[in-house]
Amino acid sequence: MSPKSAPILEASGVVKRFGGFHALDGLNFHVAPGEILGLVGPNGSGKTTAINVISGLYAPDGGRVSFRGQSVGGMASHRLVHLGINRTFQVPKPFLSLTVRQNIEVALAYGRAASAPPAMASLLDAFHLSEVADRPARDLNNVQQKTLDLVRALSTGPQLLLLDELAAGLNPTELDWIAGRIKALAQAGMAIVVVEHLMGFIEQITDRVIVMNAGKEIFEGTLAVAVTVPQVVEVFLGGEHAA
Amino acid sequence: MPSALRHLLFIVAPLLAVFAILPSVYENHLMLFNFVVFLILAQGVNVIYGFTGYLPFGYVGFFGGGAYGFAVMVMHLHASAPVAVVVAGLAGVALGLLLSPLLRLSGAYFAIANLAAALAVLHFVANPALETITRGPYGVSLTATFNPNAAYAAALVVLALTMGAVVFLKNSRFGLALQSVREDPVSAAMAGVSVVRMRVIAWLASALIAGLAGGVYAWYVSVFFPDNVFSGTFSIFAIVFALFGGVATIVGPIVGVLLLYGVYNLIGFTTPQYFQLIYGLLIMGLVLFLPAGLVSLATRRGWHVP
Repeated sequence: MSPKSAPILEASGVVKRFGGFHALDGLNFHVAPGEILGLVGPNGSGKTTAINVISGLYAPDGGRVSFRGQSVGGMASHRLVHLGINRTFQVPKPFLSLTVRQNIEVALAYGRAASAPPAMASLLDAFHLSEVADRPARDLNNVQQKTLDLVRALSTGPQLLLLDELAAGLNPTELDWIAGRIKALAQAGMAIVVVEHLMGFIEQITDRVIVMNAGKEIFEGTLAVAVTVPQVVEVFLGGEHAA
Repeated sequence: MPSALRHLLFIVAPLLAVFAILPSVYENHLMLFNFVVFLILAQGVNVIYGFTGYLPFGYVGFFGGGAYGFAVMVMHLHASAPVAVVVAGLAGVALGLLLSPLLRLSGAYFAIANLAAALAVLHFVANPALETITRGPYGVSLTATFNPNAAYAAALVVLALTMGAVVFLKNSRFGLALQSVREDPVSAAMAGVSVVRMRVIAWLASALIAGLAGGVYAWYVSVFFPDNVFSGTFSIFAIVFALFGGVATIVGPIVGVLLLYGVYNLIGFTTPQYFQLIYGLLIMGLVLFLPAGLVSLATRRGWHVP
């Protein structure tokens, strides 16, 4: 599917305050089916907050989030999941005492995927979890737990997938492998938002990036262009580096 | 054979059969009845604590509420005992609904708030101003329905229903979803599970179980005071028995009740000082070495425990 198709998610003027701190201060962006959008920016620029608002962990204090034309700001997470939004967590959050298989079974049973989700066996196989399928999730290493987080999200058949620092902590082989997986999902029509610090990874997989600073977008376009924009260089490296 | 059927055939059915036969070969019926009541209560704790992680320190509130629900039906509406037991269960559910805002709390805060709530229910029921309804602090006497054998049979029915509920939780996706909420509510929501609805259902189910248990208890003893049926001992024993055996399993709470309540009956009355010493040591040992209960001796070795 072409990234030029109509947006599946549109955020316009989204505000999220924590006390007097504006974590999101009028954020605007959109993502289309089949597109991989990178969300980059320095620490504290509001990337994870943006994902938390879109996935229903926080209700926005202002602005509008619409998914497939429907306003979804402030809707409960499980209802957003049923509509077709899912995510992974920066620190993976599997159900530790349940087995890998049971972790996935819950999402397959309760996710209400619009189209039939992939079968358990193919998910386990595709994400290299078959060998640990009957072990409790607490026995998995960090990369396996991250993968399980991703599989849990995929089991609900999302149309929009939000990945919060999925690549952090992966070795180069694992990075290539997961990049291939993410691209394949986008080619199948899924809209994907990637929050990431690893610029090489962002460059490898994204069609477009949004650079955020202080809760707002300051640049939209390709990463190659972003690094030539003085304002972007300034927020990453400090004023004296801006040409 | 599906595992649910296996659990019903090889765990629930033998347990019920033993407690159905024992009264004809063993004289101390009150003790047997208490065993059945504690089996029900420990499994009720299992439903709410084992599957959702909420520790109900005030669990006795539902039990006492059920006992008084039974008493009010018999005293004022002259209901038959079985009808009054059903109403006792509903009284537990009604209390559960009233207290459902407590589920916003978690951990120790929930446990303490639940304990306070149970005390509030006790002092409400025992208020002398309500003497015309609950007979306040003066206790109730329900001679009209006195029938220990029928009450014992009713307790077995309630135990069967409770065990059936636990077998369902252990073998269903619903039970799996409850456990996912216990493990991580945020991830559970991201698996599509309605966290609030799940918690409320488990909470009301455990309240129903305790209410029914309170009803059959009232039927069996027929004379009791508020302090008897709201005694914190019920909460503490039910929780300790369930934890000792191991929650989120079918057999854990059964093992806990049979062992610990067995020890209690062997030496609890005759030599209470040794009983308290042994109990204290057992519980300390459990907390230190087996925080997941006796069943973890098996699960640690990779054995599956139903």
